[in-house]
Amino acid sequence: MNLPNSVTKIIQGLEDGTFSSQELTEAYLNRIDNLDPEINSFITVCHERALLDAKNADKSRSNGSASKLTGVPYANKDIFCTKGVRTTSGSKMLDTFISPYDATIVERLGSQGMVMLGKTNMDEFAMGSSNETSFYGQVNNPWNTNCVPGGSSGGSAAAVSAGFTPLATGSDTGGSIRQPAAFCGISGLKPTYGRVSRYGMIAFASSLDQAGPMGRSVEDLAHLLSPMAGYDPKDSTSSMDKIEDYSGNLEDALKGKTIGLPKEYFSTSLDRQVEGVIEEAIKEFEKLGANVVEISLPTTSLSIPAYYVISSAECSSNLSRYDGVRYGHRCELPIDIEDLYKRTRSEGFGEEVKRRLLTGTYVLSSGYYDAYYRKAQQIRRLIKNDFTNAFTQVDAVISPTAPTTAFEAGTHLDNPVEMYLGDCFTVASNLAGLPALSIPAGFVGGMPVGLQLIGNYFQESKLLSLGHMFQKSTGWHQHFSRDDLKGAQ
Amino acid sequence: MPITEKEVREIAQLARISIAVKDICSYEDQLNKILAFVDEMKAVETEGITPLAYPLEETQKLRNDKVSEKNQRESYQSVAPTTENGLYLVPQVIE
Repeated sequence: MNLPNSVTKIIQGLEDGTFSSQELTEAYLNRIDNLDPEINSFITVCHERALLDAKNADKSRSNGSASKLTGVPYANKDIFCTKGVRTTSGSKMLDTFISPYDATIVERLGSQGMVMLGKTNMDEFAMGSSNETSFYGQVNNPWNTNCVPGGSSGGSAAAVSAGFTPLATGSDTGGSIRQPAAFCGISGLKPTYGRVSRYGMIAFASSLDQAGPMGRSVEDLAHLLSPMAGYDPKDSTSSMDKIEDYSGNLEDALKGKTIGLPKEYFSTSLDRQVEGVIEEAIKEFEKLGANVVEISLPTTSLSIPAYYVISSAECSSNLSRYDGVRYGHRCELPIDIEDLYKRTRSEGFGEEVKRRLLTGTYVLSSGYYDAYYRKAQQIRRLIKNDFTNAFTQVDAVISPTAPTTAFEAGTHLDNPVEMYLGDCFTVASNLAGLPALSIPAGFVGGMPVGLQLIGNYFQESKLLSLGHMFQKSTGWHQHFSRDDLKGAQ
Repeated sequence: MPITEKEVREIAQLARISIAVKDICSYEDQLNKILAFVDEMKAVETEGITPLAYPLEETQKLRNDKVSEKNQRESYQSVAPTTENGLYLVPQVIE
């Protein structure tokens, strides 16, 4: 069968009976089997389970108990615990870990009758911006397989881009949904901190981590965000704030909206051609009736230093749980408890994770805590204040998602700082806890460019409508990395 | 002040990670690069600014002090490397 190119068309087809969930699921699984060896976007593909879930979904369709998303296939980033299915977080440490429980979002999407195709590849413990730190090998960008797909949700982004799944979940600690979405030419949303439950999402940096939807279009993201969002008693940081009608508000007019252009974001590190694409996009927003005004976010240059201190500190604490005792890798024949801990962790973690654990341990250690960790948290407040000020004047802040398009694999491996600098536009919204959307805005040298829109707290709906109206008028999301997807229904 | 080889060993010990002797210098070099770049923070005056630990600053939600989960020891221990009679096994800690 020809794969439909939007979730709305999938829902329509399932409702009309044009195809069954079993046919659709089989088509996606075949595509993964045939083409993923070249991309490596999946760590685990769940053939049997997916077909069984699809069969059950078809049954509920026929007996009238289906919800909107029943029978719609999707993939989970391998950071989300899935009961009975291997959950690795991209690490050797969890190579054999079969989760005894489901993450809240996995449970919620499952209870909608969605069909999980498998678990997608990612940077180890979500630490990376290129998907090269995965224990399961790098993921290749479907637009150019010599290039990285971005990270850490690079498997999810590449899988959507290559047409292996219509939707995928991702997690975003410093840009891990938005930057791979930009590099692979798809749409991705990091919701407000606390909008989506973190229960069962393997922790990296708990005050920054947030799960979100990834898909071809903003309209598709709205379909997936609705069941993901909402308070969860199992995550005390999840918000009780009311959930908006994400799909219903998509057509809200752009007229009269004000978009802020932070002058600090258009600095020397930004590729000139990427800047040109963003300038065109800004003109498009103006054409659609938005006012674009220059704003200032003076603390911009401090966001990466503050981010790397806070995220490393939190990961060094969170990852202390991997001790070879309760689950995960354990070294052979430990001679004493110290040897058990040290060899287990040295064998189980990769280079980038170790580097961050050491950085985090250092900034939290006695004598350095005030100079690094406390200082970073103070700067975090200044960054938040900058945005709070900006949102008294504007509805959203616009910027590139990343300073360049996808780079070639191996480019930054020897210099971690260079890699970190690529996160310059994304980390601030994690530090402040704000929602941020990345959508395709054009191409440079055949590679997609992402546009970022940052919104005020819990204004996902407004962000999605801004993105949707842009997509309706430009169609950049309808460019496909694989020719055969163009002919899709 | 750059971090020394000795400090790299001490941090690694705190983090319970063993680093091969041949790799110490490379870690020392990379950590120094990372620290040099985060040192940009030092130029900013932050006297009197309250540190921000969580973006939303909401008060912690509490639940009633009631048992809400059933005992799942067997299921949780099924993924453990070694257990015996419902206990996790580790090398001897006390002589």
